[in-house]
Amino acid sequence: MSADTDLTTGPLEYRSHEGRMNILGFWIFIGAEVALFSTLFATYAVMFGRTGDSPVPAELFELPMVLIMTFLLLTSSFTCGIAIHEMRRGSLKGLLTWLAITLVLGLGFLGFEIYEFVHYIHEGASLQSSAFWSGFFLLTGTHGLHVLLGISWATLLIVQLRQRGLTPVTSRKMFIVGLYWHFLDVIWIFIFTSVYLIGMVV
Amino acid sequence: MSSEHSEGFPKKHIVGFIASIVLTIVAAWAALSSGLPTPWIITAIMVLAVIQACIQLFMFMHMTETDSGGIQVGNMLQAFFVAAVVVAGSIWTMSFGYSHNHDGGGNDAEMENHEDMDH
Amino acid sequence: MENFINFLVDDFFVTGEPLIYGAMVSMALVSIAIVFVLTYFKKWGYLWREWLTTVDHKKIGIMYIIAAIAMLFRGGVDGLMMRIQLTLPGMEFLDSQHYNEVFTTHGTIMIIFMAMPFLIGLMNYIIPLQIGARDVAFPFLNAVSFWSFAFGALLFNISFVIGGSPDAGWTNYAPMAGENLNPGPSQNYYLMGLQVAGIGTLATGINFLVTILKMRAPGMKMMRLPIFTWSSLITSIIIVFAFPILTVALALMTVDRIFGSHFFTLTGEGMPMMWANLFWLWGHPEVYIVILPAFGIFSEVISTFARKQLFGYKAMVISMVIIAGLSFVVWVHHFFTMGSGAAVNSFFSVTTMLIAVPTGVKIFNWLGTMYKGRIRFDTPMLWSLAFIPCFVIGGVTGVMLAMAAADYQYHNTYFLVAHFHYVLIAGTVFGCFAGLTFWYPKMFGHKMNEKLGKISFWFFMIGFNVCFLPMYFLGFAGMPRRTYTIEPEWMPLSVTASVGAALMAIGFAVFVYNIYYSFRYSPRETQGDAWDGRALEWATTTPVPYYNFATVPKIEGPEAYWIMKSKGETTYDKEKVEPIHMPSDSGIPFIMMAFMFVGSFGLVWEWIWMAIAGLIGVLVCMFIRSFDYDDGFHVSVEEIKETEEKARGGEK
Ligand code: HEM
Ligand SMILES: [Cu+2]
Repeated sequence: MSADTDLTTGPLEYRSHEGRMNILGFWIFIGAEVALFSTLFATYAVMFGRTGDSPVPAELFELPMVLIMTFLLLTSSFTCGIAIHEMRRGSLKGLLTWLAITLVLGLGFLGFEIYEFVHYIHEGASLQSSAFWSGFFLLTGTHGLHVLLGISWATLLIVQLRQRGLTPVTSRKMFIVGLYWHFLDVIWIFIFTSVYLIGMVV
Repeated sequence: MSSEHSEGFPKKHIVGFIASIVLTIVAAWAALSSGLPTPWIITAIMVLAVIQACIQLFMFMHMTETDSGGIQVGNMLQAFFVAAVVVAGSIWTMSFGYSHNHDGGGNDAEMENHEDMDH
Repeated sequence: MENFINFLVDDFFVTGEPLIYGAMVSMALVSIAIVFVLTYFKKWGYLWREWLTTVDHKKIGIMYIIAAIAMLFRGGVDGLMMRIQLTLPGMEFLDSQHYNEVFTTHGTIMIIFMAMPFLIGLMNYIIPLQIGARDVAFPFLNAVSFWSFAFGALLFNISFVIGGSPDAGWTNYAPMAGENLNPGPSQNYYLMGLQVAGIGTLATGINFLVTILKMRAPGMKMMRLPIFTWSSLITSIIIVFAFPILTVALALMTVDRIFGSHFFTLTGEGMPMMWANLFWLWGHPEVYIVILPAFGIFSEVISTFARKQLFGYKAMVISMVIIAGLSFVVWVHHFFTMGSGAAVNSFFSVTTMLIAVPTGVKIFNWLGTMYKGRIRFDTPMLWSLAFIPCFVIGGVTGVMLAMAAADYQYHNTYFLVAHFHYVLIAGTVFGCFAGLTFWYPKMFGHKMNEKLGKISFWFFMIGFNVCFLPMYFLGFAGMPRRTYTIEPEWMPLSVTASVGAALMAIGFAVFVYNIYYSFRYSPRETQGDAWDGRALEWATTTPVPYYNFATVPKIEGPEAYWIMKSKGETTYDKEKVEPIHMPSDSGIPFIMMAFMFVGSFGLVWEWIWMAIAGLIGVLVCMFIRSFDYDDGFHVSVEEIKETEEKARGGEK
């Protein structure tokens, strides 16, 4: 059966049976992450409107900042895609350059998010202030933590890529980090839509 | 094995990127300046979000590649099914099933909340 | 210093309870004895090399099963203590607080630390063998899973001597479980113990999904998979999508308790019932996680001992897929009495009743398999035969509970208790016992003694019915669950139940003794096929070499080994032997999860410095792992030939 033999053509990350299994395993993990975030979204939605004495979201959410954050993350997802594209062309240099750009954009996103959190806390909306804000901070915070993890993970990979170059193993790892990064963008799109936009409308 | 573009210009990525920027702007506009009734807005921007998610999955993440492509797509479909059940199911259940027009009871705080949810 | 001692005496250690002092002393003695034996016989190195660092699915499976049996004992003792209290309420054997703790740890341990690991242990051992694989897809991750379960279980279990046990039921409902009504570390043990173990379960789910989908022997199409493997595949899917929900629910309550958020609190507009909602969103799929593999086991056993091919294989598979889908849309039946509107309750009533249909289909499949079969009544078959009627009782009463209006009467009475014990014991526990006795010769090279096996079966099975059937009637009579007092008119049935519990205890004791007895006296298996089996696991030699298959056979139909036997094929084809690639052992999973344990213990006590230290340890382990490019090793052709020829007594 061809499934568990090693290939000699095609993208490096798919060449070994192990590589293909790892990538499939990560896809399934992403499925689990969807379930995880959906639970956070559900909690946020159920807690919607339960602000108690604290400010309501429409008072605090600001479109310009949210749009900047969204564009930063969307662009980083794009540059990450290009990084993988470069990897598949066999260009380590291209991969590292685009990956670095991706991480800078990711850091920019995190910076804004931290600023946003501090700002809200100053305005009296914190994790402790009400059920709604608990839901908000846990949902966005979990996403932010994932971004942080993604950045650290990709940084480790940069080191490994420089040590070892493009091999079936390093490209498989890189591909998986790429999947993770795009997935975080997917989650953010839903946060943008159902937290910020709906929060400003309702 | 289908990786159509190991060489050359990353067309798919650029199209996907532009599309996602445009969709984001459309969603923001729909939410804040379209003047549509709220339920319409919510439906519309959620649909836009799902489209964007598909862009990421298909154009950036190569979901259909390798002989596991079918499994990966099935896996994401199952994931979205569970997500829908969790989100919609929780909202429905935890609204305590009272409908607006002819509610049978519930305390005031409960009612206030529903006002919040629907306007 | 004095403060510190006061802290130890007042808060850290649980003091003032004779029962707990007894437990402490016996735990200390057992620990000392273990350390002594290991040191005396110089077994520390052996333990570390062969077990703590192993990534071999067979050894991991055995460790899961041993741990699960230990947990069955602990959970069983809890159960007996509750029975004693309800039989002799005047003795004040347990006060209300203690009773609450006991039923909480009983339920949690039985479901999370007994049922799941037992089944996952069997899955670990058997599935790679059934599909013709050399290991699971991610052996390292598999070790991580096991140690996360082991340390999670340890964390949960130490609660009763250090800090106090959780006491809000295995369902841990808010606001009872919240910081306001329940300050201190005890609830945190529940949250962190399950959290740590849950991570491992999720990893197991992913691991087995990929293993079954991608590591099958050539020719083993999906519809040729042994049914136990199918059931594990479906279970894995449920695990992957259900466990993240639990992870979040636990995290939310942890943040509530430790960092003051307001998800499930009574203040800050929190919603306590949202906990119930999230818990059961995971919890109902969870009950199917612990029943489906058991269904798989019964199917294997029944077809082997009826000496017939499984009847309605396809229907079996389809009904499991349907069960998996439906299991995500019935959760509200656990809190009909919350008072949702008629629409919500009716919807979930209907979906719940629907789920009984595919379950019923399976019952007919088993009956059909036995029809006209030449049945052998060995112990594994006895467990499977007893399962069918008992489980039907459990399922039918489940449908009674599924009617929302009727459930207002049954909910939180002993009727409910009887229902879920009928499905969990007759289903899961019988299944585990059937599976263990069935696969025992494969695992340990000798059968369990049949006579003792039958004694233990009859005690346990009769005891089970004597214990739990009366509880349905106690429920009708209005006896509520989770109370430590009892009305005089309930006493006769309650005492009957206790007699049954004692019989079950005897059955369990005989079962455990049988392990020892068989180890000493059972004749050794000389070839791999102890029961005239049908699936591929029986094609291997006993004991199974660590690489499982010298040569992987080509599969030509369902019941792979049955076909091989008819053609005289084996898993050793001298001409085709090639070097086999195997993964290296690693100490990282153990160490990483030990750090996880330390960090979680810190969170339990809300010592943030310790939590951070543990987290850093975990991250460092991940870091090391990321830079570890060890690619395993190859087993040489000579070694394989030598092993195989020795195991096969020179034949072929
Ligand atoms: C025929 C299929 C089944 C139906 C229709 C069914 C129905 C129900 C219903 C309606 C309840 C909630 C009753 C109440 O709280 O008042 C319940 C509780 C329960 N069921 Fe089932 N059930 C079925 C099968 C199973 C199986 C296969 C298992 C596990 C192996 C299981 C385990 C449980 C447990 C553990 C509880 C109670 C949990 C608690 O409140 O502590 N059930 N069942
Ligand atoms: Cu249920």
